[in-house]
Parts: sequence; C-alpha cells; structure tokens
Amino acid sequence: MATTLGRGLEKDRPAELQAVGTRRRGGVGRALMYVLLIAVAAFFVLPLVVVISASFKYAAEIFTDPGILPADPGFENYTALFARAEFLTWFRNSAIVSTVGTLVTLAITSLSAYAFARIDFPFKNLLFGLLITTLVLPGVMFLVPQFKLIADLGLYDTLPALILPGLAGVFGVFFMRQFFLGLPLELEEAAYVDGASRLRTFMAVALPLAGPALATLAVITFLAFWNDYLWPVIICNDNCTLPAGLRLLQRQYTGDPGLVMAGATVAAVPVLLLYLLLQRYIVQSVASSGIKG
Amino acid sequence: MSSMAAASPSRNKRGLLSRIVWGSGNDRRRRIGESPITPYLFILPHFAIFSAFILFPFFLGVWISLHDSTALRDGPFVGLRWYQQLFDPSNRTQFPRFWNSVWNTIIFVIISTPLLIGFGLALAALLNQRLRGRNIFRAIYFVPWTLSVSVIGLTWWWMFNGNAGFVTMFMSDTFGWSPNWLATNPWAWISILVATLWWTIGFNTIILLAGMQAIAVDLYEAASIDGANKWQQFRSITLPSLRPILLLVITLQVIASFQLVGQPQLMTGGGPPSELGGETAPVLLHVFNTGFGGRRELSLAAAMALIVAAIMIVVSIINFRLFSSERS
Repeated sequence: MATTLGRGLEKDRPAELQAVGTRRRGGVGRALMYVLLIAVAAFFVLPLVVVISASFKYAAEIFTDPGILPADPGFENYTALFARAEFLTWFRNSAIVSTVGTLVTLAITSLSAYAFARIDFPFKNLLFGLLITTLVLPGVMFLVPQFKLIADLGLYDTLPALILPGLAGVFGVFFMRQFFLGLPLELEEAAYVDGASRLRTFMAVALPLAGPALATLAVITFLAFWNDYLWPVIICNDNCTLPAGLRLLQRQYTGDPGLVMAGATVAAVPVLLLYLLLQRYIVQSVASSGIKG
Repeated sequence: MSSMAAASPSRNKRGLLSRIVWGSGNDRRRRIGESPITPYLFILPHFAIFSAFILFPFFLGVWISLHDSTALRDGPFVGLRWYQQLFDPSNRTQFPRFWNSVWNTIIFVIISTPLLIGFGLALAALLNQRLRGRNIFRAIYFVPWTLSVSVIGLTWWWMFNGNAGFVTMFMSDTFGWSPNWLATNPWAWISILVATLWWTIGFNTIILLAGMQAIAVDLYEAASIDGANKWQQFRSITLPSLRPILLLVITLQVIASFQLVGQPQLMTGGGPPSELGGETAPVLLHVFNTGFGGRRELSLAAAMALIVAAIMIVVSIINFRLFSSERS
C-alpha cells in the first residue's frame, strides 16, 4: 500500500479531474473553491504570523500593540533569549540530539534491516516478529520504566538520555527492510561471485541503491528527534532540548509572552526552513510511510 | 519481491516451525565459508539498544507497578495495590481522578476524531480538483504538522491568551465580548480542539489525498458517462475505494487523540481546576503528573500507564473490527 500512496502523489493530474475535465465547471463554482482554499490557508498561516509577529514585540508592546504586524519591530526578545546560557544549551542540545540520533538510526536500522531482508538465519522470523509486535504497543507504557532505567544508569539530564530511547524504535528497521526486499538480487549476487563479503556487499551495493529510502527515513527521524516533547520533559532538568525548554520558558515568563513566542519561533524556524527546501519531498515521505507525529 | 516469489516453492514444503526458526527462505544460496554469526552481527547494534530500551522496560514497567517506588527511592513489593485502588469505586482519591481523566480523554477522542477525519476528507476532495496552485495549498495545509507539539501548544496558548491573545482581541473588537478561553469550559476544550485540528488536519488530508489520487480514472469516466454528478461519484466511487486508507487514518487518529497531552499541558495546565484534578486533564497528563510531578509516584503512574495501554489496544482492535468488517 505504501508504494501505491507514494505513486499517487507524484501524479500531477488527479484521476477525478481527467474524468470530469470535459464537463467544464462554471466560473462561479471555481471562484468559490478558490475562496474556500484561501480561507483554509489563512487558518493555517495566520497563527504562525501572529506568533512570529509577537516575537518582535518587546516587553509591554505585546499588550499595547494589538496589530497583526508589529508597529515597532525589534530583535530585543531574541537578544534577550540568546543572552541566556540555558537557551543556548537547549538549542545546541536539539541540534546534537537530532543530528546524532538521525545518523545513528540510519546506520543501525539499515544494517539490521539488511540482515532481515537478505540473510536466512535461525530465529530470524521470531526476532523480527518481536520487533514488529512492539510497533503496536502504545508509547505511554514505556515512559515510567524508561525513566527508571535512565535514572538508575545515572544518565538523568544527559545527552545520551535524550537520544537512546529514540534509537530503540523499530520503524526504521521495518521501513528499510521493505526497501531492501524490493531491490533486485542480481547485483548483490554479482558482488558475491566477485568475492565480496556480506558487509562489503551491503556497504558497496545495497546501501548506495538505498539513497531515496535513507533520505525519507532521515527526514522522518530528524523531525521526530527535533520535535520530541514528552520524553525530554521527563528526562531533562538543565540539559534540555528546545521543545522541553520552551515549557520551562513559558513557566518562567508567563507575563512576557513576546519572549516565549521568540523561543517558539526559534524552535520552529529550522523545521520550517527544512520544509521550505524539501516541501514536495517531505509530503511524499509522510504520505508513503503513514507516520503520525 | 521477485526473489520471495522465486523462493516460495521450497518454502511451501517446509513446516511452520522450521519457518519460524529459519526465516522466509529469501536467501537463495547459502554462502560458502560465511560465518553463521554474521547476520547476528548485522542486527546486534539495533537489537542491543532495542532490548535495553524497549524490551526490558516492557517488563520493568510491570515490575515497578507491583512495587511502591517513587522517583527518589525503590519501595517494597505491594502486589496489585495500585490496580485495586484504581479499580475500587470506594477509593476517594485515585479512583475518581484517574477515571475522570480517562473520561476526559474518551470524550476528546469521540469529538476530535470525526472532525479531524471529516475536515481531512473535505480538504482532500477539494485538493483533488483541477485547480491551479493546488500543490501550494497542499503544502500550506501541511505546515503545522511539521512543528513540535510544544510550538503548537505555545502558539495557541498565545492565540487564546486572556490578556491580548489574537482570538480574544478579535472577539472583543467584533462582538464586544470574548470568553475567557483557556480558563473556563467549554471554551478551554474548544481551544484544545482547535489547536489539535490546526496541528494534524494536514496529515490526514495528505494521506487521504494520496489515496484519492490512486483511484483509477476509468471508474470516474464510466460514472460520468452514466450521468453521475460529483457528489454521487464521491459517495459511490471515492469513499468505497478509500476504505483501507480511511481505516488506517482513523486508527492512527484514534491512537493519536488518545495520547493528547502537550496541548492541555501548555495551554490550560489541565484546568480549569476541579476536585477531580482538572477539567481538561487527559489521562496521559494525569499519568505524567502522578509519576513526574509533585510526589513522583512512579509505581502508581506505571500501573495507570499499563491500564491506559490496555484500553488503547482494546479500542484499536474494536475500531479495526468495526471498520474493516463493515459491508464486506
């Protein structure tokens, strides 16, 4: 089903249209549809504009200047934020956790997935079944024991605590295995005939072909690490990521929403930029994998 | 895929047990001179982390729920004490608070799911028309999904803020009155609902749109020749063809709505306050506050989490049965 979905999106002309295209709709109906589309777009864009605009209103301005666009925009909130050591820590941690988490996830899940897709070994189906079973278990049941485990390991409030549980996820293994199963065997067999080891076949033949799948997984994994909220809130105190830090910021500056909105903007901008660059691609990744945030 | 087909004749001859132990039979030739531990080395890095941080916690959670531990100390074995408290209607503290939060969650699931699916379907149908710039609209509708729930929560915390929030100001200017959105009900729930719609409608839209675009053109052509109008085509072609994808989207949506936590945590704090621990406190927030706030009662929180997980699994199964058996 995944491939059907992905292919569907690539098509420029939707099926329905080609069928009814012959029966031209009146200009009024068309105009109405555009009004609707634009109204919905406004609903999605307006809050972002309001938040970004609020971040440029300093201190009391946010209460005295009700305009959607700031009357006297300034960077005071941002300079105040970045002057705080803890905010820099959150930002740095978010960058490290997302980058390291994504790279390690790609490495370990593609390795594992390759074995599950290409090699027969005792207990293979049992082990893979075990992995897949945990996919359907709700995350809520792991919060307490994962916290306990991390605390007992002495990792509370550290970077490994923010990364490790995310690496344990099995979606990547499942996703990459599906991809490897779809690759033709011939190339890998040729490498085997030439005397390449399994690892070498994987590195030199299978992995280079897996570029698109790896990129999809990278986007999804990066977003998941960058946006993760509940786990960092549970496991961090000083050493937080941005989403968890935003909660602390909100509690500390309830009366200064402009500053809080600047924090939210900083957390949103890297993702928005990524989306701006890779929009078509991200939409297709999500549609083909069906991953829910 | 082709390799699996090629290997299948030999696979069919093998027994179930042998297949469980030996795998699917995808590897056509056994490799000469290869160490039997090679595949295990491939899966080791991930499987080690998986064992430590998912498999082991699965059992550790049960273990903790049978003890009396807090985040600060390991306590003695207490058997089913927490479960008894949570299921005992005469218990004046744990029972009403826990089930109030479960009830809050169920109400939210029941109200939010049809809206999220309905709007998703409507927008997908709209974007499936021949319109210039529809890819741009699709991209815009999806933007909020890419953001963290903390950004979502703070965005709508400010939008509905009682002092100078955009919605509050707009209402006051237009109608001369605005509800105190985040502090009184039903407005607090409506705020949380709006934030959730804003965040995830785009996801449902994109999945459903992809499903619609995969429907064969001929079906619409035939219907069109037979004189079916757009609505009739939608009802008798689009909806039935979308069944499997609708099932997927509904299942994902129910699970996601069940795990509501960030929006109330950042927007209302679970309030307005009530004797039962907050009128907008969903069960995940209650678990969080029990285990990681105040007295940090890890064991009690672990027991709650397992009950919630059980409820979620049962709901998913019912949901699956309900929607997949219908009209088949």
